[in-house]
Amino acid sequence: MSPFAALLRRDLAAMFGSGARGGAALPVLFFLAVATLYPFAVGSDARLLAETGGGVLWIAALLAALLPIERLVRPDLELGLFDQLALRGVAEEASLAARILAHWLSFGPPLMVAALPGAALMGIEAQTLLNLELGLLVGTPGLAALGVMAAGLTAALRSGAALGGLLAIPLAVPLLIFGAGSLDGNADGALALTGAASLVLLALAPFAAGAAIRAARE
Amino acid sequence: MHGYANPARFLKIARWLTPVLLVVGLVLAGGALAWGLTQVPPERLQGETVRILFVHVPTAWLGMAGWTTIAGASFAYLVWRHPLADIAARAAAWPGACFTAICLATGSIWARPTWGVWWVWDGRLTSFLILLFLYFGYIALSNGAAQSEASRRIPAIFGLVGAINIPIINRSVEWWETQHQRASITAGTSSIDAAFLWPLGIAVLGFTCIFGGVLLARMRAILAHSQAEARLRRKAMQP
Repeated sequence: MSPFAALLRRDLAAMFGSGARGGAALPVLFFLAVATLYPFAVGSDARLLAETGGGVLWIAALLAALLPIERLVRPDLELGLFDQLALRGVAEEASLAARILAHWLSFGPPLMVAALPGAALMGIEAQTLLNLELGLLVGTPGLAALGVMAAGLTAALRSGAALGGLLAIPLAVPLLIFGAGSLDGNADGALALTGAASLVLLALAPFAAGAAIRAARE
Repeated sequence: MHGYANPARFLKIARWLTPVLLVVGLVLAGGALAWGLTQVPPERLQGETVRILFVHVPTAWLGMAGWTTIAGASFAYLVWRHPLADIAARAAAWPGACFTAICLATGSIWARPTWGVWWVWDGRLTSFLILLFLYFGYIALSNGAAQSEASRRIPAIFGLVGAINIPIINRSVEWWETQHQRASITAGTSSIDAAFLWPLGIAVLGFTCIFGGVLLARMRAILAHSQAEARLRRKAMQP
């Protein structure tokens, strides 16, 4: 088994397990909780909910993806996992790329499933739901990359979780703008731009997070 | 460039350059603002509100120049480990954030009578607001790294990542032609009347000198702080 596949398997086992890095169900439950709370806040007017629901689900997905930041990198940094891997010739960039994939698998597809009952709660139309699912499919990998990048940058600091959110949210804005913009169909290539923003984050994150982990060793 | 890695050599220049830049900047900016307030005629369509331009444009330029300083200095720190580069990046964060906030505030005040609203979700305005949040993120990360005694390279990495927003701000008026006007001054050409252009240019120059002076002053303060800490540590070691 290649180191990448082995790391991926280990990460997935940890994320779906009940250990320090477990709790893959948390983002999904958080996502559904936001979808439930929103009608209480703005009232249950069906037209208003159907019109704004897609955007609210996008915000819920963004925040749900940032929820596990604290557990993404820090426990393994404290264990010395990255030092061990570096000694065996596995670059930080490779192990963090595996972590991005594992993080995405742990919340991306589950959120796309959870968007079905979420859309029902909001009374979203079928076409908008399809656009939402497509947008989430293209956008959540970028959110996963952003989460791992923020987690890597804050892993060595004492003030972790809140700081990670503060770093990630401004960089997540393009994904939210284009993702929510693609809800009314692919106007102005919004879906393609969501994919572009996602790819930029995916290309950047392993290197930024890897450099941060190496810096944490000093 | 590495000649200035020696703080003593840097301080020798910074010590006299700081007050020079501050005084020249205050005189130029103050003069340009007085000129803009009293001598420039009201604009045909915007009337008297056009005068806020002399604060808005320089602060917008410095908000972006502040992050460009952070990004450039972070790059120099990550690649060449230049010790002063990290101090320059740290020193540029607060002034850059202040100029960004002033730019957003003056733009908002100008927009109320001109556009009829305080805020519009336009490409330029949004990307500039994101810049302010990036500054806050950088400052928080920088302080967090200092408190945890973590490597200074961590905020430097974020300084480089955040630079992605600078070209977006620059191109935003071309990509999304929604509310904010396009660039009126591009290399070599200007669609602004000379009556406005001259005080504007001097104001930009003056505010830039003030930014440079504040940057140097903050760099000197950070250096002095770390020297004082080192001296305390040496004292504590002695019996």
